[in-house]
Amino acid sequence: MITDDLAGRRIAVTGATGFLGTALVERLLRSVPECEIIVVVRPGQRQGPGERTRREILRNDCFDRLRGELGERFDDVIARRLHTIAGDVGRDGLALDEAGRALLGSCDIVIHAAASVTFDAPLDGAVEVNLLGPSRVADTLRELAAERAAREGVAESLPHLIAVSTAYVNSGHKGDAAEELITSSKFVSKIDWRAEVRAARRARADEDATSRSPERLAAFHRSARSELGAAGTALLAEKTEHLRVDWVHDRMVELGRGRARALGWPDAYAFTKSLGENALLDIRGELPVTFVRPSIVESALSQPRPGWIRGFRMAEPVIISYARGLLRQFPGVPEGIVDVIPVDLVVAALIAVAAIGPDPSGPTVYQVASGVRNPLRYGQLVDLVERWFTERPLYDHRGQPIVVPKWSFPGRGRVQGQLRRATRALGAAERLVNSLPLRGERAEGGARLEERRVQAERALSYVELYGAYSETEARFRMDRTVRLFESLDAADRAAFCFDPAVIDWRQYIEDVHLPSVVEHARVRTTASGKRTMASREERSLKAILSDQPRCAAFDLENTLIASNVVESYAWLATRHLERVERARLVAGLLAEGPKLLRLDRRDRSDFLRAFYRRYDGAPADQLRLDSYELYSDLLGLRAFPEAIARVRRHRALGHRTLLITGALDFVVEPLRPLFDEIVCASMDERDGKFTGELTQSPPTGEARALLLDEFARAQGLSLCDAVAYADSTSDLPMLEAAGFPVVVNPEAKLAAIARRRGWFIEHWKRSAGGPRRTLAIATRRPGVQTRPPSWLTKSSAGEAR
Amino acid sequence: MSPRPGFVLEVDRSTPATLIWHGEGFRLERLPVGSRVVYGPEPLAPLANSDQAIRHALDNPLGDSKPLRALLYPGMRLTIAFDDISLPLPPMRPPDVRQRVIEAVLDLAADSGVDDVVLIAALALHRRMTDPELRHALGDRVFEAFAPHGLLLQHDAEDPQNLIHLGFTDHGEDVEINRRAAESDLLIYVNINLSAMDGGHKSVATGLASYRSLKHHHNVRSMMNSHSFMDMHHSELHSSNWRMGRLIAESGVKLFQIETTLNTDTFPEQLGFLQKREWEWSLRDRASFLATSSALERMPGELSRRIFHAVRAPHDLTSVQAGAVEAVHESTLANLYRQQLVEVSGQTDVLTMGLPYIGPYNVNSTMNPILVACLGLGYFFNLYRGKPLVREGGVVIISHPTPWEFNPVHHPSYIDFFEQVLAETTDMFEIEAKYEESYATDPWYVHLYRTSYAYHGVHPLYMWYWCAHALQHLGRVIVVGGDRAAVHRLGFSSASTFADALELAEDVVGRDPTITHLHVPSLLMADVT
Repeated sequence: MITDDLAGRRIAVTGATGFLGTALVERLLRSVPECEIIVVVRPGQRQGPGERTRREILRNDCFDRLRGELGERFDDVIARRLHTIAGDVGRDGLALDEAGRALLGSCDIVIHAAASVTFDAPLDGAVEVNLLGPSRVADTLRELAAERAAREGVAESLPHLIAVSTAYVNSGHKGDAAEELITSSKFVSKIDWRAEVRAARRARADEDATSRSPERLAAFHRSARSELGAAGTALLAEKTEHLRVDWVHDRMVELGRGRARALGWPDAYAFTKSLGENALLDIRGELPVTFVRPSIVESALSQPRPGWIRGFRMAEPVIISYARGLLRQFPGVPEGIVDVIPVDLVVAALIAVAAIGPDPSGPTVYQVASGVRNPLRYGQLVDLVERWFTERPLYDHRGQPIVVPKWSFPGRGRVQGQLRRATRALGAAERLVNSLPLRGERAEGGARLEERRVQAERALSYVELYGAYSETEARFRMDRTVRLFESLDAADRAAFCFDPAVIDWRQYIEDVHLPSVVEHARVRTTASGKRTMASREERSLKAILSDQPRCAAFDLENTLIASNVVESYAWLATRHLERVERARLVAGLLAEGPKLLRLDRRDRSDFLRAFYRRYDGAPADQLRLDSYELYSDLLGLRAFPEAIARVRRHRALGHRTLLITGALDFVVEPLRPLFDEIVCASMDERDGKFTGELTQSPPTGEARALLLDEFARAQGLSLCDAVAYADSTSDLPMLEAAGFPVVVNPEAKLAAIARRRGWFIEHWKRSAGGPRRTLAIATRRPGVQTRPPSWLTKSSAGEAR
Repeated sequence: MSPRPGFVLEVDRSTPATLIWHGEGFRLERLPVGSRVVYGPEPLAPLANSDQAIRHALDNPLGDSKPLRALLYPGMRLTIAFDDISLPLPPMRPPDVRQRVIEAVLDLAADSGVDDVVLIAALALHRRMTDPELRHALGDRVFEAFAPHGLLLQHDAEDPQNLIHLGFTDHGEDVEINRRAAESDLLIYVNINLSAMDGGHKSVATGLASYRSLKHHHNVRSMMNSHSFMDMHHSELHSSNWRMGRLIAESGVKLFQIETTLNTDTFPEQLGFLQKREWEWSLRDRASFLATSSALERMPGELSRRIFHAVRAPHDLTSVQAGAVEAVHESTLANLYRQQLVEVSGQTDVLTMGLPYIGPYNVNSTMNPILVACLGLGYFFNLYRGKPLVREGGVVIISHPTPWEFNPVHHPSYIDFFEQVLAETTDMFEIEAKYEESYATDPWYVHLYRTSYAYHGVHPLYMWYWCAHALQHLGRVIVVGGDRAAVHRLGFSSASTFADALELAEDVVGRDPTITHLHVPSLLMADVT
């Protein structure tokens, strides 16, 4: 009896917070009542290992069944049988403390299930965990045993190390892949694993150094700029650094995949796992070792309940992408085998291996796979999935059911080619849209393009990552595993079944796996999608316009009013000019347009400073008077009535309102009654004339976030209570700081960012009934001077520098 | 040949299609056989010498008034108030009547050595006039002489410093008017009496008043009790104004009233077909109708609006009278009726009307949906004396595109009223009780009324009240060819063609209803017996 064999034993488990580890701990606690379990948990950044055990292992729904069975005794049983020690398989000696060393040293069996299972892990990360992890565990166990023997003066007693590996360590060939040590396989390249470790570590250092070269940094900065626009130094720096780190990461992923493929493994995961087996065999000494190699581990067949799964794993994203109609093709041959194994079968096999103990003749291998004993054909899987989603479709955001595509089983090259082309085309279209001066709903087309490109990229990455798995033609033998199963008595066979022959694939896919996948993916499974979407927006708006204390900051240009400082200037200037001069001035400004726009995009403050020099010598009182006409003749016509209604709504709710703008004080003066406070630019004045010099820096970029913070504090509020309305990426610092960011008629870049972050988007339009005017030219004032005033003739003073 | 009087045509099979205004355009509709079409009298011949007639009126005042010359003396404070941009419609070719009259008045004042003279545009709660609009109304000479010196003012109903409360009428109504006007030694009011509603005591009591004063007659109750507000003897609006006007006189305000009437020569020659009877159209009229309407169809809305608002009417003076308010107004009405009154016998089940691009409150601006309702159900419906043209429970069919469009500078509170209030209720009493005060006192609207060119915050509500009598009287209002959403918001029904509208009307008034079409232009007033 397995339970008898393991009674009184102390079993250590690494990787207990993972999919397989959680299932293993739960099964041991529930089905092997007399054993003690030590989980080796890496301390989290914020939580200690004990806390991680509680939150990440015991709170998982995996334990619902056990909790139900034990009732009030649950906590007692856990306290008595489950112990947590801090440890990290990524570090030599596992970074154990004294108590941890004592506990681990007292274990009879160690099941090493910790691994970096992402298929696109960076090479060095995978090397540290997958390659070096098992041998680090072995080293530590030997050391602890030697210490104990020395301390207690007894013969060394080594625990049984069961290393969880993957069947794909030995998959690079057609035909049978036997349960043999990696070192004995004829099909696996003989590699010096130590050299690989050194190379991986060096590659990280090299790539990191490359990423810091001035050219690369400049490129990252350029991309950050093109994504965020003039969002301010701090945000751009942060984004640049993100891009650099991501770049290094991507390079390491690429290196990992490249190296793996070059040596005949599907990816870095299988490659590093394979070398990990090698390394363990090299350094194990007398330590008894057994390898258990599962194939693709998927949701539970029956234990602790049918369909239990943890995390979004390999097949799930592919299946969901397919069900959402995004993945229109996936490579593979219909008669190929998809080697899937339910997690509870792997767990049972591990427990059985632990119970019988190590093979005295040396390290052995157990493969837990389904491909030979009960194969699931790729064509069958696709049929089942297609039928399932045809009967129970997912729904799109409009509440329409999604029709799943028909797969034609093309080759991998063709699918990749198609997806690459689609990705490239969408990327180009997106860049084009982003470079156009579009706003509002039209600009959101850009955001939709981005969404589609991201989807295509994801589909491509699935194909690149997993394509190899659906095309694998190795057949994983499991003769030893089956022999082990057959050697069990009837009770054990019932309680710890790991014979894949029991799986009814059709039932497993339709009743167990797909319902579980859909539940985990949190996708729309009813037609009520649209309503919930609308109600989300309604909820946001309700929160923004709640009767709670709030403060609301508004940008001016294109948020409240579709106009800008250049137009205001043109209007004010033409009001004092004769017809010929007016035409000349407006033509000049039009010609300068692109230059001004460029300068504005580069740095808003510099642009304003340079542009306002044009006001040098302008009569201050006259412009103050003119500004009311400017409002009626230009700004008021270009205002968004909904924006003004929104400001007024905030005030009616008792919210304090703030206008933050780089426009000049006299220009915004007619708007003063709308706001509690206005922060804007103002010019020095000498002898009744403006000097063209600003009295202080105009409020742009990060300054706006600080101003909003100050404004909120002055009302006894925090930024969490602040609503910020803005239209451009240069306002990102303010939008990010605010508890309720609202994006108004965004340009494509901001539309994309807002969509990603779930920010509220408003589409405010100019009033349809106002006269349209293409040029901002004033009605000539009565009594206009016949000669242009001097402030308008000193053109050099206004040159944008 | 003397101009022909107005008449009622009965449509038979030989009647050509009738021209119907449709906003910034028009359409020809064949009305069902048996329908009636009410045409106004042809334009009266103008006065032979306008300037002479004006001088004559100033020298020969009506009622209990001395000639103007005798009222002027050196060192006096003289204020001349004049009607604002809402009159006449469309704006007239220069010289404007106001310019002619004011120039004559100023000549007399100069002769008498009067040098403290101020001009005030009597805006009431209307938008301020722009400089070019003032220049058009007053002429270059007057404008240049007054504007640069700050002597050309526009009445500001929200300037507490420049208002004066003169007391209460015997009905407890506040009388609060422009301080400068009230405290002058003589106030002269220059009217253009386009319709029978204008002038009389209403000129000062409304044109120079504040919200506090106006609300006593600009309210739902008054409008429901004005049958019609074009007929001062049956109009609560006018009764209230008359009480106020008499109190103003009792308070010692010396008023010299000048009223003028215009003929209905409304459109320049190229649009002459608009004021002809369709069966009398010449080949040229037909051609210009075709050319104009097909050009308008192809034109963007913005452009056609600009073109129409540039139209200057050839209106000419048919009478001018001056002196004591009530005597002057009586004479004015007689002259007005001479031009506008048409006898119509019996009411109709269905009244149809085409609304033009312009009303009193969208000169150089946009006719928004509230103004459409106001023009149709306020002004046109009320163009009657005696009984309404349409029977109680009858139907009015309006032809107008009714776009969901607003001029954001001229009509800011209209936008909010339409988007926020009418979305909730169209009930006048509810609106008056729940929203009037907040719209009237909203600081932002007050700011825009005073510093920009916005109608007062409460103005859209008044325009809605203007429809009160019609909405109480009618069984249904149908708009042909209007923006469905906007029409629905107003609480009216929408139809895409005239035929559909008549079908809809039958649901209310029964099969084979009597139909009467109010043919505008030209402006007329139905004397319904």
